[in-house]
Amino acid sequence: MRWQPCVAEPAAPAGPGRPAPACAFAFSVQGDRGAARRALCEIRQRVAPWQMDIEELSTVEIVLAEVFNNIVEHAYPADLPEGPIEVAGRLRGNGLHVRIADEGCPMPDGRPPLGDRPSPDLDLMDLPEGGFGWFLIRDLAKDVHYRRVGHRNLLDLRLPVAMGRV
Amino acid sequence: MEVSTETEGRFQVVTVEDSRIDAAVALDFKEAMRHATEKGPETVVLDLGKVGFIDSSGLGAVVATMKHLAPDRTLILAGLTPPVSKVFQLTRMDSVFALYPELNDALATLRG
Repeated sequence: MRWQPCVAEPAAPAGPGRPAPACAFAFSVQGDRGAARRALCEIRQRVAPWQMDIEELSTVEIVLAEVFNNIVEHAYPADLPEGPIEVAGRLRGNGLHVRIADEGCPMPDGRPPLGDRPSPDLDLMDLPEGGFGWFLIRDLAKDVHYRRVGHRNLLDLRLPVAMGRV
Repeated sequence: MEVSTETEGRFQVVTVEDSRIDAAVALDFKEAMRHATEKGPETVVLDLGKVGFIDSSGLGAVVATMKHLAPDRTLILAGLTPPVSKVFQLTRMDSVFALYPELNDALATLRG
């Protein structure tokens, strides 16, 4: 697909003599077991024209996979009804800003886990099999911010990719 | 979650045929690995050459597989693609496993 220069805030849809579209996307998926795969597939399609390099795409995918998995597992646990996961992204000069919203259970303590760096020095049999998710999110994403607004969880973060593009 | 396997004397190569080891298939992966390595030889080489994506659940499933095989059996990882390698490096799990960039490197070493 041909690279289209983006603008941060388009005045109108692109067309002859009109500004280029924003490098942005917004969509919703149902927060079920297949949510992460579907959402990532959608994101890959939407960002393809932005021509991020492969390592940057990998960063986007790893972080957002962990966010979606957390929502499916904790915001919409198996014994409670599912709901939507809304994803909105916008490319700015300092990276891809993403907001992920859901209508599920709030985060315990009203804030996301710190996600400590896993230690490889543990005895083999003591190595954790989980809990790497928040570590990866915090290691790769910047400005991670969680808010509960009414019955919705809002998670904002910035991925330092495609910088200087807009 | 599909895996294929081939045994060569003291070691066994298990190839993951899926392109993703993620939350959707982490449990299936653990099951498939248990099944494929049942009554197998001492060394298991997990060929990840076709895997283009792993998340923390997938990583946890690989760790679980390693622990399941231990202490008598060893799990070696081979053919990590860049996105998979990145996750192992960031979490420092690359220092826990013996990793070979190419399956052939692992096989050459094992064949002696």
